[in-house]
Amino acid sequence: MTEFLQQLINGLAFGSILALIALGYTMVYGILRFINFAHGDIFMLGAFAGFYLAPKIATVFPLPSIAGAIVVLFLSMLICAALGVVIERLAYRPLRKRPKLTVLITAIGVSLFLEYAGQFFFGAAPKKFPDILPVLPITKIGGLSLNSNQLVVLAVTLILLVALRFVVMKTRIGTAMRAVSFNPEAAALMGVNTDVVISFTFALGSALAAAAGILWAVNYPSIDPLMGILPGLKAFVAAVLGGIGNLPGAALGGLIIGVTETLVSGYISSTYRDAIAFAVLILILLVRPSGLLGKKEIEKV
Amino acid sequence: MNFRHAKTFLLGAIALGSLASLFADKINPYWLFIFYDIGISIVMAVSLNLINGYTGQFSLGHAGFMAVGAYASAVITNRFGDVNFFAANGIFAVALLAGGLAAALAGLLVGVPTLRLRGDYLAIVTLGFGEIIRVILQNMDQVGGARGLSVMHGWTNLFWTFGLAAVTVYVVASLVNSTYGRGFIAVHDDEVAAEAMGINTTKYKVTAFVIGAFFAGIAGGLYAHAKQFVTPGGFGFMQSITFVVMVILGGMGNTVGVILAAILLTLLPEGLRMLAGINHLGWIGETRMIIYSLLLIILMLTRPQGLFSLKKASVQK
Repeated sequence: MTEFLQQLINGLAFGSILALIALGYTMVYGILRFINFAHGDIFMLGAFAGFYLAPKIATVFPLPSIAGAIVVLFLSMLICAALGVVIERLAYRPLRKRPKLTVLITAIGVSLFLEYAGQFFFGAAPKKFPDILPVLPITKIGGLSLNSNQLVVLAVTLILLVALRFVVMKTRIGTAMRAVSFNPEAAALMGVNTDVVISFTFALGSALAAAAGILWAVNYPSIDPLMGILPGLKAFVAAVLGGIGNLPGAALGGLIIGVTETLVSGYISSTYRDAIAFAVLILILLVRPSGLLGKKEIEKV
Repeated sequence: MNFRHAKTFLLGAIALGSLASLFADKINPYWLFIFYDIGISIVMAVSLNLINGYTGQFSLGHAGFMAVGAYASAVITNRFGDVNFFAANGIFAVALLAGGLAAALAGLLVGVPTLRLRGDYLAIVTLGFGEIIRVILQNMDQVGGARGLSVMHGWTNLFWTFGLAAVTVYVVASLVNSTYGRGFIAVHDDEVAAEAMGINTTKYKVTAFVIGAFFAGIAGGLYAHAKQFVTPGGFGFMQSITFVVMVILGGMGNTVGVILAAILLTLLPEGLRMLAGINHLGWIGETRMIIYSLLLIILMLTRPQGLFSLKKASVQK
């Protein structure tokens, strides 16, 4: 039982990182109806932004410290948000009226570009992420060993999810986002500036991916330019699993994938872990073709 | 491409392939392997074009079927030791066919349950199946697991590569131009309308999927016996993406364009590698793949209808 709870906590920590990435996929899909394949690489760039920022910030805030870690997290999110907006402006906006497949291939091109440019500028060899958070001694509660970093992951994810919920549901720009995702033409006719809304969506999604990158690097401190590929794919699977375009669905999907993968690799076989996410996805899509929380789209003729 | 041209192409390419294979030992081995790569890419891209281009079903797992074909055919040929010329080609033909059939079976298993999904959902599920095939191969110790499998015989030659590329082009072109084949295009143009006209859309989708997978399996067999070493990692998601890019650059559903794109995209990295050999251009060596990805983005921005399509780009309503 203790071991099960232990695995569950590991799974939740992993799953909440996936959930943060999945939210970016699902927001972009909800508004533009295309898969932003470069999103996993934004996650990678978030981790690298933290890697290069940490020594600079350490001159102001001694690291590891909580204040310093928050500054690193915040600045990385800001950098990636700007990057997300630039990518959308340069690569996706000119293609907005083209078939989705064209945009998808462009997104793949952007993803390859970020990976290869990352290998060129950062070097292909894995790097050790600096300790930005004070690691508390492992606390034992009834035989359960809790890593302070895992608690940080869970707490930061929770805070970001609440903040995102607030932005999307309560603010003007959030209302505009929902309007555009519901019907872009009607929203534009009602005076919503769709370009601004789309840029904002990319900024928001990329900032969440950057946060996920930092959390990932704190937890698994080896980073390399290709680290975004698999978490990116799994997060995308999570977004589809929850019903793509649906925010709570993405968070739920991330947690399901994270927990299942950890449990399966803990109890059955760790060599099959990369296939688990896809197997879960296929099983669920066979029963619910539009995902767990997705609405069935009725095709009008 | 219309039917008449396809037949000329078939005969021409087979003749050229067999003629060229007579001179194979005079060709620089480096170029020989690039020619094999081109032939294999043509088989992959043209067969994927049947699924993605003509039938309009977005599949991201084509490399998975290639892996099935590669492993199945290699397991068969590895059972044989040194054999004479005729036996070698006979065994190779059977092994390629078996690889194709194994991949087609995998295609059927994947296609029947999943093809009722649409668009992006189908794309991600096919991607998932490709990854699952890779992970399963990684865990099969009988075929070397993650370490990979050595293939004893290097039986792939120009005759087989270009002969089979020609057969693929011929089959896909004549299938799409036949009465039966109109169904694929109908499914692509408007699935709902096609269904209303009494076309069994699921049957067409599964057929396209199985035929596409069959040729991908054959390409896998050629690949295994050209490289003489296969690893599960060589058939990952990035490989599938490369073939999808060929189809889209070629102009979806345009066989000639897809062939040209397959040739171009196989040569492009090599061409950049060669440019890097020239003085002053050494920097290209390290930035080769960055240039490749930038070219891809620029091509999509400037010619979204595909590189070789004469039609105007369609604008989404």
